[in-house]
Amino acid sequence: MVDKAQIWEWLAKVPDPEIPVISVTELGIVRDVVLEGDAVVVTVTPTYSGCPATSVINFEIERALREKGVAQVRMEQRLSPPWTTDWLTDAARDKLRAYGIAPPVDGTGATGVVAGRVNRLTGRAVVVACPRCGSEATQKVSQHGSTPCKAAYQCRDCLEPFDYFKCI
Amino acid sequence: MGAVVDMDAALFAGLCRLGDSTLVLGHRVSEWCGHAPVLEEDIALANTALDLIGQTQMWLGLAGEMEGKARNADALAFHRDVWEFRNLLLVERPNGDFGHTLMRQFLFDAWHQPMLTGLAQSRDARVAEIAAKAGKEVAYHLERSADLVIRLGDGSDESHARMQVALDTLWPYTGEMMTPDATDTALADAGIMPDLVGLQATWDGLVRDVLAEATLAIPDGGFMHKGGKQGQHSEHLGHMLATMQFLPRAYPDATW
Repeated sequence: MVDKAQIWEWLAKVPDPEIPVISVTELGIVRDVVLEGDAVVVTVTPTYSGCPATSVINFEIERALREKGVAQVRMEQRLSPPWTTDWLTDAARDKLRAYGIAPPVDGTGATGVVAGRVNRLTGRAVVVACPRCGSEATQKVSQHGSTPCKAAYQCRDCLEPFDYFKCI
Repeated sequence: MGAVVDMDAALFAGLCRLGDSTLVLGHRVSEWCGHAPVLEEDIALANTALDLIGQTQMWLGLAGEMEGKARNADALAFHRDVWEFRNLLLVERPNGDFGHTLMRQFLFDAWHQPMLTGLAQSRDARVAEIAAKAGKEVAYHLERSADLVIRLGDGSDESHARMQVALDTLWPYTGEMMTPDATDTALADAGIMPDLVGLQATWDGLVRDVLAEATLAIPDGGFMHKGGKQGQHSEHLGHMLATMQFLPRAYPDATW
């Protein structure tokens, strides 16, 4: 019989299907692992409610555990507390940057008010540093990028477009 | 009131109102996929649609679960007819041009976000957790639609004129969001859903601020359409459902 620590170790090697440099545990979406007799119950929380990667992630987790010889795997979903980018580990943030994705900047989540006005009123513009050259002279091209969790940015110094893993 | 309201029926109706509104708007927004004026907006629209469809799965999933008739979210989305839909009339309005789509989105988002904030305090934990999840996504929707309404309203003569037409056309469909019927009142009294009348002030404040900054004039006249929440829809919804529901109805066992 395997122990829980072993399961967590295996899960730490299951890559996120969209951003394969980080694992599902580094992403912070594996909320619980419970052993029920011979069965392993893995509880996962979705990142965005419509993220198409969710079903792929469940499939990959189940496959990884079966490959390690776990015969009975049950996947469960938990919505609460809702996933937040705060759960991304520090190691994951470094890996994202090295991969060319700017990691989330704390406190920059949407508040439902007009972003431009918030910045004017607080005198605080969101600074997202370019993951390639480190310049802070960057601009948002679109609030939405290649996946639900990312926004599209461009660096005004090196001119490269890049993805920003937005705060939620 | 006096009338006895069946709370299970009220909750099922309330969940369908939420889930059908996100479903119909999500489908409408997805109609832009591949047609938006610029690539970034195409992606933004598709991502917004994706969030809304994801939220639909949660709302209609819960509706089906509590109904107890073995209907899941797919069954409710694809195997009901137009008169069984409980979405707001605003979201079934056709897309029109890009500005029109954004105005519809903004008028809805300005209601959706405070609505979800209220729902996150629901006495029903299942409702509260869905709302807490969806609320984070919708905060981004509102930020984007408000920004774009300002940019297009306070833009060129052409974009300003189009945004004013969009506002004039869509305005009479906004009243329904804040007008409760017996179902809404029963749910609010039970602490399951927020009081819709209480949302009016929040919505008014936000909408007036943004429209003023967008240099757009709020139309005169108080006439408001209603009926969507009770299943009385415009002709547009049937056409939309014919497209949306075609495949699972024509090929009931299809999987993809």
